[in-house]
Amino acid sequence: MSELSVKHLLGIKYLTEADIQLIFDTATQFKEVINRPIKKVPSLRDITIANLFFENSTRTKLSFELAQKRLSADVINFASSVSSLKKGETLIDTVNNILSMKVDMVVMRHSSPGAASFLAKHVDATIINAGDGAHEHPTQALLDTFSINERLGDVAGKKVVIIGDILHSRVALSNIFALQKLGAEVCVCGPKTLIPKHITSLGVKVETDVNKALKWCDVANVLRVQFERMSASYFPSNREYAAFYGITKPMLDALDKEIIIMHPGPINRGVELSSAVVDSNQAIILDQVENGVAIRMAVLYLLAEKINHAN
Amino acid sequence: MSQKQLLSAEDLRIILFRLACQLKETHGDFSKTVLVGLQPRGVRLAKRLLHILQHHYKVADVKLSQLDITFFRDDFRRSDKVLNANVNNMEVGVENKRIVLIDDVLYTGRSIRAALTAIDSYGRPEEVQLLTLIDRRFSRHLPIQPDFCGRQVDAIQNELVVVCWQEEDNEDAVFLVNK
Repeated sequence: MSELSVKHLLGIKYLTEADIQLIFDTATQFKEVINRPIKKVPSLRDITIANLFFENSTRTKLSFELAQKRLSADVINFASSVSSLKKGETLIDTVNNILSMKVDMVVMRHSSPGAASFLAKHVDATIINAGDGAHEHPTQALLDTFSINERLGDVAGKKVVIIGDILHSRVALSNIFALQKLGAEVCVCGPKTLIPKHITSLGVKVETDVNKALKWCDVANVLRVQFERMSASYFPSNREYAAFYGITKPMLDALDKEIIIMHPGPINRGVELSSAVVDSNQAIILDQVENGVAIRMAVLYLLAEKINHAN
Repeated sequence: MSQKQLLSAEDLRIILFRLACQLKETHGDFSKTVLVGLQPRGVRLAKRLLHILQHHYKVADVKLSQLDITFFRDDFRRSDKVLNANVNNMEVGVENKRIVLIDDVLYTGRSIRAALTAIDSYGRPEEVQLLTLIDRRFSRHLPIQPDFCGRQVDAIQNELVVVCWQEEDNEDAVFLVNK
């Protein structure tokens, strides 16, 4: 019988390997639940969850909301574009207003790194980080490593390369932490301008030649080029990025083993991945989406267990 | 902590044969029947009954499923125990089937209530019956009674009924343990 060592999910950095394993084990059971004729369990029926998305999101928000509904939680949604933030309210005030409506858990995406940790210190609710700036996106890393584990049977000892915009990516950092905790070797690959200066201090390899990186790895997790986060030109053009870092089917066919291709979405087809790669059997992109719901159900369930029941 | 033996290996053997015989009498060729063992301890009992049905009563095709009720329990966040999920295997399905829920000890009835709800999420069975090895009568919190019962036991609240199986505990026996 085990439980999580944390009360909030702020980042992979704060989880132990046993925590991640418990989340995987629980997610495996929830994956069975979401393939039943009736895909719903009553566990969280007395829990209310607020989804606060101060930054745009489609799939993460949908995935969280579906996970919450499959667990029978009550859900309220909040998007910053239609909120009082525009009227100058502070983050703590906004959240405390929502909490006074008797909300137990908060799932938050925010553009500032550390926003979730800040909130966890100042408000009385369980906080789940759904992405904080270019810092962490823990549930994405959990579903990515869960998908690798599902496909390859283990994460330990596997070689994983993260390709693309490492500099602006919270997915990259969370993945590096999760993969290392589970015993995988990690390499990052991309144009020098999109690789943070001191990334090797995290114990990862750096490679700028995508063909060498593909040859080395068992799994390639290909990130989206985040045009919206770029305040300067990091590479000359999309076409040039696609020519140097885009992955095509002939590149995969030239390798002496069949590697797995992952992508957190949304995909820029023809930029980081060619259509033939996206639609090939080597891509597990849609498995990642399905696993995302199961992983988020597991995280919500295991954290809800830590909330004291008001007697 | 003291313990008293309620059933010996021989008592258990006789009871298991009797329960299998009652199932055979009620379910005939088992064509529409699915035995559903509740995780974790009901599964062992279900496997024993399956073995007897197949090898001694020569029933060719008995279907066995295992059901985990963790996510349907009514004590989530209310008990000090951490609830970890077990494996479900309900591939046989329940739609229009005759379900026999199998658990080792029937106590408050809350697990069976959870199992009934869990069964619902796989479809609509024709009927659901309950088989338990031990029925702790007079301790029910819900109006639930077994259709097939190995032995009725009167136990007080701070007593625990422990069922041991050769496969896991190196002996077949049932004990009443004083907590």
